Amino acid sequence: MSKILNVDVHHITRVEGHGNIRLRAVDGIVEKIEWQVPEAPRFFEAMVRGRSFEEVQTVMCRICGICSFAHSLAALKAVEKAVGIEVSDQTDRLRILAYGGEQLESHVLHVAYLVAPDLAGVNSVIPLVSSHPDVVAAAIRAHRLGNEWMEMLGGRRTHPVSFRPGGFGRWPSEGELRDLKARLEAVVPDLQKIADTVAALAHKLPRFERETEYVALSQPGVYTFYHGLIASTDSPERTPVEHFERVANEYVVGQSTAKWTRWHRETYAVGALSRFKLNSAFLHPLAARTARALGLDPSCCNPYMNSVAQVVEAVEVVEAGLEQIDILLTRGLRPEPLRKLHPKSGEGAGAVEAPRGILFHRYAFDAAGLCTEANVTIPTGQNHANIQKDFEALAPQILGRGEAEARLMLEMLVRAYDPCISCSTH
Amino acid sequence: MGKPRVAIFDFACCEGCQLQIVNLEEDILGLLGLVQPVEWREALSDRSDEYDIAIVEGSITRAEDEERLRGIRKRAKLLIALGACATIGGVNKLKNACDMEDVRRYVYGRAAAMPHLATEPTRALDEVVKVDYKIHGCPVSRRELGAVVRSLAMGVEPVIPNYPVCVECKLRETVCRYEYNEVCLGVVTRGGCNAPCPAGGGWCYGCRGLVDDPNVNAARDVMDKYGRTPADLQRRLALFNSPGAVSCPKS
Ligand code: SF4
Ligand code: SF4
Ligand SMILES: [Fe+2]
Repeated sequence: MSKILNVDVHHITRVEGHGNIRLRAVDGIVEKIEWQVPEAPRFFEAMVRGRSFEEVQTVMCRICGICSFAHSLAALKAVEKAVGIEVSDQTDRLRILAYGGEQLESHVLHVAYLVAPDLAGVNSVIPLVSSHPDVVAAAIRAHRLGNEWMEMLGGRRTHPVSFRPGGFGRWPSEGELRDLKARLEAVVPDLQKIADTVAALAHKLPRFERETEYVALSQPGVYTFYHGLIASTDSPERTPVEHFERVANEYVVGQSTAKWTRWHRETYAVGALSRFKLNSAFLHPLAARTARALGLDPSCCNPYMNSVAQVVEAVEVVEAGLEQIDILLTRGLRPEPLRKLHPKSGEGAGAVEAPRGILFHRYAFDAAGLCTEANVTIPTGQNHANIQKDFEALAPQILGRGEAEARLMLEMLVRAYDPCISCSTH
Repeated sequence: MGKPRVAIFDFACCEGCQLQIVNLEEDILGLLGLVQPVEWREALSDRSDEYDIAIVEGSITRAEDEERLRGIRKRAKLLIALGACATIGGVNKLKNACDMEDVRRYVYGRAAAMPHLATEPTRALDEVVKVDYKIHGCPVSRRELGAVVRSLAMGVEPVIPNYPVCVECKLRETVCRYEYNEVCLGVVTRGGCNAPCPAGGGWCYGCRGLVDDPNVNAARDVMDKYGRTPADLQRRLALFNSPGAVSCPKS
């Protein structure tokens, strides 16, 4: 009789959006291994056409509830480029500062609430509240701080309202910045506790390596989430964001409503691990020390380690935030009233590093400032093909482990990418 | 009597409203004392077909999703629509001003005809099944969300506000956006959010839907006072409330 292994996950849990996993092996031979995305497309690029350049970011941030700041800011950068709006250095710094809050909030949510249950062998974070009360309390404090940081500078914690073309609709006060500084200093021990716990559990992450192409923004001297050129571990060349379509090369496959991408080879990966591999030389001191303590180094090709890289980045954005606040306060905050903006025809692209990887937006406008064309390429969309390739490499290695464990390892692999699946389909 | 069993489901949306449950931070622990979550794909690996209250986020845009929603409705004693995508169709309804073939072609190009990319005009949940309660907003206010769940767990009728957002701006002493020569929908939009958008330096987009009985005269007075026309309001309203007011360009 032949030995059959079937793994059939319909709507994988503890991720954003809808994905399915299908594995079928007969007598130790993989017959089928698929990462499927059946998410309902919403057609944002089609339906933003006709809206004014002043509200594009308001529409497009609704692509994603978990990275709405990323979408809002990438859209604003593209719109400002298209319509010819320059922002001040102060505005630029405040946006970068605001954006750190989303990285912290999103990374803590992912590592502590979605990934940690797998390492502890439970179904959700709820049992951890009693089994690991101290570290859960630390995670909740760090998550709350990320949220309140975003709310202070974006007006709301999901779908920000203060970011507008040209600047801010509401300016923070120096007192608010000083308050944020004190709170960022106070969260460091909480992040340390989270890092210590992850370090103690990291041996439970599967030891699986598959080298691939890693893509992220890169900017000399900065561990960047906001500015820079498009970099790849496959090439010394740097591509300007204006040409992002040459990087993503999107195409449609039957197993996914989200488009797939490829660049120098069949697939590439984006996200915290890619950023770490390309930019770790520019980490702040405490973040660099955290990476060493967690055993993370730039040669790592284990996709499960993406969650570990997120812990390092949570520390990084706090350190970078403290530095940014010091610069803003030393120079003195000078609120800039919003200028009257004039519509203009034009076209432009913008990119940021969303918590889960590089994100691209492009728009064109007519002379009345109404959107005529839109194109958006999402981090998780860029990871789907890479997840499929990881699956193909991993599946033959886990056939002997039985259905439950094979299933867990495949699910954990998807979770490691911190996918935003509904976002990837948009 | 045990705690009511609660299941959370999502359809076409950004899942930002579910995120507000996580954003309750420590307060989630209090809610867990009142209700028992039995299925919540985004946060738990538990699953169950037996639940008293279904909280449903997102809009319906495909036949398969309609069928899934009907199944949820059948199993649930109470069905709550969570957020604008579920209560009024949300931003997803912008699509309804366009031709469905055209949006598919625009986004997927030559592959547009592939069957898995099919789509229908967006519908709010109550255009498909009976909805017992609506928690408004894009995203929902987590304070209101907590209050509704607490009321239902205790068998009390939740109170959903029916006054315009302007009331809350006045209470917060926010300078009106019309003073900045901007158009704001707070005059006709259902309050209850505590008006965070005007306070944050934006304007109200009407994500909570219209008040039951919009005071058209008051709205007209504001328009007159600031030299604005109902057409200005209409344009803005199209984002959340009146698909078709802005026509979709053909590609
Ligand atoms: S109502 Fe808004 S925040 Fe809620 S799911 Fe829909 S788009 Fe996201
Ligand atoms: S119109 Fe808008 S800004 Fe003015 S009071 Fe009403 S809700 Fe507030
Ligand atoms: Fe896209």
